[in-house]
Amino acid sequence: MSHTLKQLQEARERGDLRAFLRQIPYAAFLGLDLEMRGEEPYGLLRYSPETIGNPLLPALHGGVLCALLETTAILQIAWEIELLSLPKTITLTVSYLRSGRPQDVLSKARITRQGRRVTSVHVEAWQDDRDRPIAVATGQFKIHGA
Amino acid sequence: MVAPTRAEQLAKLSTLARAFHETIPHNLALGLELVEFGDGLAVMRLPYRTDLIGDPNSGVLHGGAISSLLDATFGLAAFMALTEPTRIATLDLRIDYLKPATPGMAVHAKAECYRRTRTIAFVRGFAYHDDEAAPIAAGSATFMISAGPPPMGTRPEGSAGSTP
Repeated sequence: MSHTLKQLQEARERGDLRAFLRQIPYAAFLGLDLEMRGEEPYGLLRYSPETIGNPLLPALHGGVLCALLETTAILQIAWEIELLSLPKTITLTVSYLRSGRPQDVLSKARITRQGRRVTSVHVEAWQDDRDRPIAVATGQFKIHGA
Repeated sequence: MVAPTRAEQLAKLSTLARAFHETIPHNLALGLELVEFGDGLAVMRLPYRTDLIGDPNSGVLHGGAISSLLDATFGLAAFMALTEPTRIATLDLRIDYLKPATPGMAVHAKAECYRRTRTIAFVRGFAYHDDEAAPIAAGSATFMISAGPPPMGTRPEGSAGSTP
C-alpha cells in the first residue's frame, strides 16, 4: 500500500481527514484546509493575497476555486468510501456564479451517485451565505473501492 | 477616424495582457509564464515545483495547479479575441483529466477562442508537457464579455465617450 493511502486510512480511522490533507504540499501552498462539523467534512480555503486572480475587483482566481471544489469532492469520497487507491478526477465542470471576494471560502460536497468504478459528486462553495454560492461543480471520479 | 486594423487591435491587447499578467497575484504565485499569444490564441507554461505536488507519494502536480493554468490560458485566449480591452468573467470551466502529469516536467497549456459573440467567448484547449499530441488534460470554458470598464482603467485611444 502506498504511504499516501496509508495516511488517508489512518486519518479516516481517527475520524479527521485534516492530517491527510495537511501532508499535501499543494494544499499548504494554496491554504486549503478542512473542517469537521459533526460527522461531515467541509472544505475551507483560507484567504491569502496570493489567491487573487483579478486584482482590480479584487476577486479570487477561478483556478483556485476549481482546486477547492475538486479537493472537497475527493475528500468527501475518501470520507464515505473505503478505498484501495486515491480517487482520480475524470472530469470536472465548474460554474462561476458570483465573484469570490477576498475572504475565506467554505465548500461542501455530496455524492450524487456511487457506482462500482465511478462516483458522481456535486460540490458548492460559498462565503457569507450558503444560499448564495460563488461556484458550484459536478465531477466524475474513478474509484477503486475496498 | 479610421477604424483600427486587426493588427493594431492585437498589438494593444497584447501590451495590456502582458502588463495585466504581471499584476495577477495567483499567476505570479504559481510562476505562470506567458509563452505566446495571437488572435484568439494563448500559450502559457507552468514550471514544475515541489510545493505544487498533489500526491507526495508520486510527486505528481495537483489537479488544482493545472486547473489554474488552464483557467488563466483560457481567459487570455478570450481576451485576445476581443476587439478592444474589456473585462471578461469566467462563466464556466470544464476540465477532462486524460492522463497524470509526469513529475519533474513543466506543463504547457494552449487555448483558442473558437467563437465569439458580442457577449460571450467560447474557448477550448489542452494541457501537455512538450508534445501537444499527448495531452494531460483537455478543457473548455465560456466567458462573459462585460460592457463595463476595461482593465487597468485604460480607454481605447480616440474612443472616449463613444459607444463600443
